[in-house]
Amino acid sequence: MKLDAKIPDGPLAQKWDRRRFEMKLVNPANKRKFDVIVVGTGLAGASAAASLAELGYKVRAFCCQDSPRRAHSIAAQGGINAAKNYQNDGDSVYRLFYDTIKGGDFRSREANVHRLAQVSVNIIDQCVAQGVPFAREYGGLLANRSFGGALVSRTFYARGQTGQQLLLGAYQALSRQIALGTVKMHPRTEMLDLVLVNGHAKGIVTRSLVTGEITAHAADAVILASGGYGNVFYLSTNAKGCNVTASWRAYKKGAAFANPCYTQIHPTCIPVSGDHQSKLTLMSESLRNDGRVWVPKKTGDTRPARQIPEDERDYYLERKYPSFGNLAPRDISSRAAKEVCDQGRGVGPGGLGVYLDFADAIKRIGEPAVRERYGNLFDMYEKITGENAYHLPMRIYPAVHYTMGGLWVDYDLMSTVPGLFVLGEANFSDHGANRLGASALMQGLADGYFVAPYTLGNYFATAKEPKPRADQPEFKKAAADMQDLTRKLLSINGNRTVNSFHKELGAMMWEKCGMARNEKGLKELLAQIPALREEFWKNVKVAGKNEELNQNLEHAGRVADFLEFAELLARDALQRNESCGGHFRTEYQTDEGEARRDDEHFAYVAAWEYAGPGRPAILNQEPLVYDEVHMSTRSYK
Amino acid sequence: MSQERMNLTLKVWRQKDATSEGRMVAYQAPGVLPDMSFLEMLDVVNENLIAKGEDPIAFDSDCREGICGTCSMVINGAAHGGRPGTTVCQLHMRHFRDGDTIVIEPWRARAFPVIKDLVTDRSAFDRIIQAGGFVSVNTGGAPEANSLPIAKTAADMAMDAAACIGCGACVAACKNASAMLFVSAKVSHLAALPQGQAERGQRVLKMVKTMDQEGFGNCTVTGSCEAVCPKEISLDFIARMNREYGKAILINTAPRASKGGD
Amino acid sequence: MPGQNMTNLLRNLFCSSLGKKFLMAGSGAVMFLFVIGHLAGNLQIFLGREAINRYGDFLQANVELLWPVRIFLLATIVIHIWSASKLTLENRAARPQAYVQWSPTAANYASRTMMMSGIIVAIFIIYHLLHFTAMVKAVNLRGEDFHALFDSAKRHDIYQMMIDGFSQPVVAIFYVVGVGLLCLHLSHGLSAMFQSMGWKKRSYGTFLERGAKVVSLLIFLGYSSIPISILLGRVK
Ligand SMILES: Cc1cc2nc3c(=O)[nH]c(=O)nc-3n(C[C@H](O)[C@H](O)[C@H](O)COP(=O)(O)OP(=O)(O)OC[C@H]3O[C@@H](n4cnc5c(N)ncnc54)[C@H](O)[C@@H]3O)c2cc1C
Ligand code: HEM
Ligand code: HEM
Ligand code: SF4
Ligand code: F3S
Ligand code: FES
Repeated sequence: MKLDAKIPDGPLAQKWDRRRFEMKLVNPANKRKFDVIVVGTGLAGASAAASLAELGYKVRAFCCQDSPRRAHSIAAQGGINAAKNYQNDGDSVYRLFYDTIKGGDFRSREANVHRLAQVSVNIIDQCVAQGVPFAREYGGLLANRSFGGALVSRTFYARGQTGQQLLLGAYQALSRQIALGTVKMHPRTEMLDLVLVNGHAKGIVTRSLVTGEITAHAADAVILASGGYGNVFYLSTNAKGCNVTASWRAYKKGAAFANPCYTQIHPTCIPVSGDHQSKLTLMSESLRNDGRVWVPKKTGDTRPARQIPEDERDYYLERKYPSFGNLAPRDISSRAAKEVCDQGRGVGPGGLGVYLDFADAIKRIGEPAVRERYGNLFDMYEKITGENAYHLPMRIYPAVHYTMGGLWVDYDLMSTVPGLFVLGEANFSDHGANRLGASALMQGLADGYFVAPYTLGNYFATAKEPKPRADQPEFKKAAADMQDLTRKLLSINGNRTVNSFHKELGAMMWEKCGMARNEKGLKELLAQIPALREEFWKNVKVAGKNEELNQNLEHAGRVADFLEFAELLARDALQRNESCGGHFRTEYQTDEGEARRDDEHFAYVAAWEYAGPGRPAILNQEPLVYDEVHMSTRSYK
Repeated sequence: MSQERMNLTLKVWRQKDATSEGRMVAYQAPGVLPDMSFLEMLDVVNENLIAKGEDPIAFDSDCREGICGTCSMVINGAAHGGRPGTTVCQLHMRHFRDGDTIVIEPWRARAFPVIKDLVTDRSAFDRIIQAGGFVSVNTGGAPEANSLPIAKTAADMAMDAAACIGCGACVAACKNASAMLFVSAKVSHLAALPQGQAERGQRVLKMVKTMDQEGFGNCTVTGSCEAVCPKEISLDFIARMNREYGKAILINTAPRASKGGD
Repeated sequence: MPGQNMTNLLRNLFCSSLGKKFLMAGSGAVMFLFVIGHLAGNLQIFLGREAINRYGDFLQANVELLWPVRIFLLATIVIHIWSASKLTLENRAARPQAYVQWSPTAANYASRTMMMSGIIVAIFIIYHLLHFTAMVKAVNLRGEDFHALFDSAKRHDIYQMMIDGFSQPVVAIFYVVGVGLLCLHLSHGLSAMFQSMGWKKRSYGTFLERGAKVVSLLIFLGYSSIPISILLGRVK
């Protein structure tokens, strides 16, 4: 497979202008002759669908939820970055670019990231014009905060509901186009397969989640904006419906999957309370500004927290990282928590939790001040755990939060299948091995509002493929294949529920491919996954039939894909013999327990190519070249 | 945190599909932990049903943290279970007692037909937004964000209204199945901001017209909607919308025919 | 086109949900003003025969004023009842399938029973008109002809009509009940009216709600004091 990133020539800051200039344009009168399918209506999908429709293309959009307004993007709390420099604190496009590259541990493409930083400013303008109620200062101008350890205040926010407000903005823009008849929306519809005609992506096969009807849709191009794959771990902060199905099935039709092993763990989530747990809830990291993290010194200490005397507590972050203490970066503090829990010193049910204690802060600044800063988070904590964190320390634990890997795309966001564009969390493009806080929303909207609408036009103007029709044999075959697949899932009628497989897969992934990975564990995992997959196909029990709303069947299809995808993730983790960003291999760490990157051998994008059923995926490498920045290592001691 | 297990009886609305008759069916939920969320309790019941070869109870959920607005059920007569500022997915079993019987029903409204069991079709809400719940601005056509200062009070008020998650609990709880709280939240959000001014009158006319056409009831100011609203959207917004509408019918007189406010 | 605009305005008022609410609230407000005025007039009974009979005579004498006001009031009540019925039917239709179990969170009794209280008030008004305005013999349960009551100044003796009318305990009690339901209706209706017109706000919302209840209670005390005083023989 040839990986051509199609990075434009010229100086970094002019690459995007240049690319836009070089691109062929579609005659405005002809735009309505082009059909575009958009899968997913999160920030990336909704913004792309609306923008393309505004340009005149005929769009059909699909999502699993009952309304495009409910995509997982809605859950983002913290904020969105943009290089506006409104605070006059020295921010600039270049600084945002640099921070993102460095934050990504030098595993992303310079050109893409620079473009992201460039268009970030337009995003804020666009959202404000849509009526997104960003926080404001008393003077009426936009407020900012600093986020995720950034040294400048460049994060725009709308209370703790930034993702919601941005998504509603995009949803409303989309709704306007739906009313105008330029977008046809298909909610409660799941994409099951990608259809290729003459090697180009020319349509999809979907299943109606209400009637079970399987339909083929033909179009001139397909956009995937189907989100991340964090739910391969079963428990994550992602919504229950997040899945890898759309990406995975595109992968099996020839789209390369890049860097699946780059997954991000968030340190401050509410811990698992029991076997019934269905998902994990994130709490803002800002809690670590005032809370102190500790566990008992003794293993198996079951005394209530307040009865453990000071000298029997281990404030391990303060001990290990004296200068950063409780504010050590996400991955470091996550791993440290896992380590103490592995030693049997974890607290709470199942011993999977550490204390985040506000007693000192309350003593220092008083309960009202703590309430003022974190009241809503304490309330949320109480809703879920029933505990009052003003009196008892909170219990927290890390959880899977975001996936940097995704389908490989070039500078135009086109995958290795011509005509298939991938946007948002579903692609791998901008975050390298680790994503900075408040940058995912930025990327989703950049892709959808400001990149895809141009690059898609260039594809139409240059590819000149004939218009596909849904009654062509390619579509009929794909639809028949999906009917078979569904029938097969329903006919196994074994003894284990779908969820039990998902849980078991999640547990082994978290154990051996979660926060810390090593060769031995990964190899074991690579033996376990195929065995579990085999059992799934022999022994799964799926309730009901196809011709109805059947949530169990939906889940079954997604778990089937996770069971295949997990293996690729583990293989990617195994081949990457270094630690970088969200990927930590215990063999590759410094004496102080820091990640040890290996730029000499691993400064590449690992793009995996499907080789057919039962055959191991093929690894392709896209070397990462840094013309602009110098690769450095981070240190938080 | 007590971890005593509870045994509960559930009475759940089961309805095969939109056209079938529904009925209440009783299920046992043994060994429920207080730390489970309500939906996790249902997950466990469903796992057992599947294992027994029965059809699991269909219910909607996604984020399970109270923000997406997908989850939707009436518990013992109260939408989302009736706890202040709480969606069903945030409701935990510690609020129930061993031996309780819990009655679970879908949102009931003509405008929200049942698709299956507890799953309803809320697309009427989408159509109300499509009628005018937006600012008509094309991508790329936006002025510099800080060129238009907005008083913090106006921005905060807009945010209060914009916090609506579109769950439909207001409709479910209202004696008249009225969508006023939802519609008024969007009308007020956009009317509070300078960006929303140009289409202000047309917006409220069109959204109210669509709301009526979708078959929602009218508001008789009973206030249940506000009480169950997980985002505690205030009744003030309904008053605000009434005012907007009053102004609009005097000034604008009729919703313009064009769809979507080109 | 002004004509067009007028049609649109009327269409919006009579055909939309919010328009009908404006009609309800507006007509309710007019009736409320009448109820207050009427109360003030009626309370003159405590000032003696002369006062109230003179007042009655004054009203009756101005035919040019009386009939327009009557027609206006009739139209108001028709609009109120029409919009109430229309809205109520729509509300019923909006929930074809009732809940098996239902707990009306936050909605108080008065707010949930507006139609019931309204209908009984309507029945009361019809009876009341037959009783004191048309003075139909059959309804006063005494077989007395109120038309035949005149005071010394040859004015219609409203004073005596009320005393005779309310000396019938069943009638007096019906009046108290009727007025009671009117006040239940108003206890919600008055603050709802502000909400419907868009004049209510959280900052003074509770004040409005309490105010509505207090005003309703005062109206109830005022009206019911008449039949009760007569029944107890305080006014003779
Ligand atoms: C709890 C939480 C908090 C976060 N906070 C922040 C933050 O503060 N700042 C920040 O920048 N980022 C944050 N993120 C990350 C960010 O929210 C996401 O990465 C981003 O919103 C993803 O957007 P998206 O459009 O790519 O995908 P999504 O929003 O996940 O949308 C995916 C869409 O694809 C559809 N779909 C999926 N599969 C199919 C299929 N097979 N067929 C049809 N449709 C399909 C779905 O229905 C949905 O519409 C947070 C994430 C989480 C979990
Ligand atoms: C003298 C008689 C009456 C007075 C003073 C009166 C007054 C009011 C007022 C002020 C309202 C509030 C309007 C609003 O919601 O904005 C109201 C509502 C209502 N009225 Fe009346 N009304 C009277 C008679 C009736 C009658 C006869 C009926 C019945 C047929 C009726 C039925 C209703 C109903 C159903 C409402 C509910 C409206 C709501 O809560 O919003 N009313 N009334
Ligand atoms: C104790 C209570 C009441 C008493 C003693 C009373 C008394 C009277 C009397 C004596 C008249 C006839 C006046 C005349 O012929 O000149 C009258 C008329 C009327 N009353 Fe009452 N009334 C009472 C309550 C009410 C209430 C509660 C309402 C309405 C909600 C009401 C509505 C009317 C109306 C509409 C008329 C007809 C007015 C007209 O002639 O146009 N009354 N009332
Ligand atoms: S107003 Fe409240 S109850 Fe109604 S849809 Fe919005 S969030 Fe849900
Ligand atoms: S409950 Fe219904 S009656 Fe009005 S105040 Fe809320 S919409
Ligand atoms: S599942 Fe998202 S709000 Fe309940």
